[in-house]
Amino acid sequence: MSRAPRRRSLAIGSLAWLTGLLWAPAAHAHVLQGEAVSFLVGLGHPVSGLDHILAMIAVGLWGAQLGPPALWLLPVTFPMVMALGGMLALLGVPLPGVEVGIAVSAVLLGLAVMSALRPPLAATAVLVAIFAVFHGHAHGVELPAGQNGLLYSMGFVVATGLLHGVGIAVSLVHRWPWGRTLLRTAGGGIALAGAIFLWRAVV
Amino acid sequence: MASGRVNRRTIVRWPVLVAGGLGFAVFPSAAEAHLPATGLGPVYDGLLHFAKTPEDLVPALALALLAGLRGPGHGRRALFVLPAAWLGGGVLGLAVHSGVSPVLTAISFVLLGSLVAADVRLPLGAMTGLAALLGLGHGYLNGTAMAQPGTGTLGLLGMAVAVFTLVALVSSLVVPLRETWSRVAVRVAGSWIAAIGLLLLGWAARPAA
Repeated sequence: MSRAPRRRSLAIGSLAWLTGLLWAPAAHAHVLQGEAVSFLVGLGHPVSGLDHILAMIAVGLWGAQLGPPALWLLPVTFPMVMALGGMLALLGVPLPGVEVGIAVSAVLLGLAVMSALRPPLAATAVLVAIFAVFHGHAHGVELPAGQNGLLYSMGFVVATGLLHGVGIAVSLVHRWPWGRTLLRTAGGGIALAGAIFLWRAVV
Repeated sequence: MASGRVNRRTIVRWPVLVAGGLGFAVFPSAAEAHLPATGLGPVYDGLLHFAKTPEDLVPALALALLAGLRGPGHGRRALFVLPAAWLGGGVLGLAVHSGVSPVLTAISFVLLGSLVAADVRLPLGAMTGLAALLGLGHGYLNGTAMAQPGTGTLGLLGMAVAVFTLVALVSSLVVPLRETWSRVAVRVAGSWIAAIGLLLLGWAARPAA
């Protein structure tokens, strides 16, 4: 019964990819200038710092630990507010203590995962949104000039979302007792790493 | 059981939707003021232009997602209003030749992405208005960017066909989604589009170094 729709989807998927291939632009002998490169640079930017990576994965872990609706609310909230922080940075609005804020986010999110903390949903969203502003601002300050803004932003947001996805995917082990222990241990590791980042930011 | 059949179908369809979206996201090239040459004529050039221009493609995708989330009635309305308005706006743009701020593109990303992320229950009239505004605005931008009025009109026709096809495909994939996780995935895509729009606004207003 399920084979017919599967075959149809396969056909649609193949057609889509074939169309994509046919639409591919001609090969360039010179280096791409700011187009595909912009997307890849944007894709690589959020994974260029361990503090960002850990905090964003922790958001996914915590969301999955809390379950619905936090499971989807946090990954929806974070990229939007992070982009808002990035926009503020691009507009030249200063934000003091960005590095400290990022390190504190890793510490607190790690502790939340470690202790399987369950605050009210609104408080969770607000906390994550505050952290997202710091992360977004830091990225916004570092956004390189001369890139294609749209493609860079697309890569940047997709990478951030995928990092949350990694956290959520890892959290699938939450259904088993050993998985819950593993998640809490991972939370402890993130908090410890965050403490090291905080030490570096302060000293 | 009917619900079981729907579940299996949506599970099968979902990877196709994600793969298609990622494919369009990864392969676009920069916006072009002139039509790319396919060698097949201006209609196909216009069709290709739409497929290669994320500034136009992503807002249309967002509207299709929004319409799909709201159901078949909204999907049908967007399917016909958006391409028609796109064509009308384009013809107007060809005639007027007056520039519009590119910030409008960023605003359409933020507005439509936020509506998808919030899964706003828009009435049918609001969906019609939104599709008309989006089509007129982006069509106008395309029209003003095309210098050649003769081929421009045919190119716009190609774009309208591309818009129709995109809305038809995406809405028809989203309408049957019933499981919470699959609808949430669509909303997450909306939040990504809104986030890209916010960054675009920042880029547009960025003080010169």
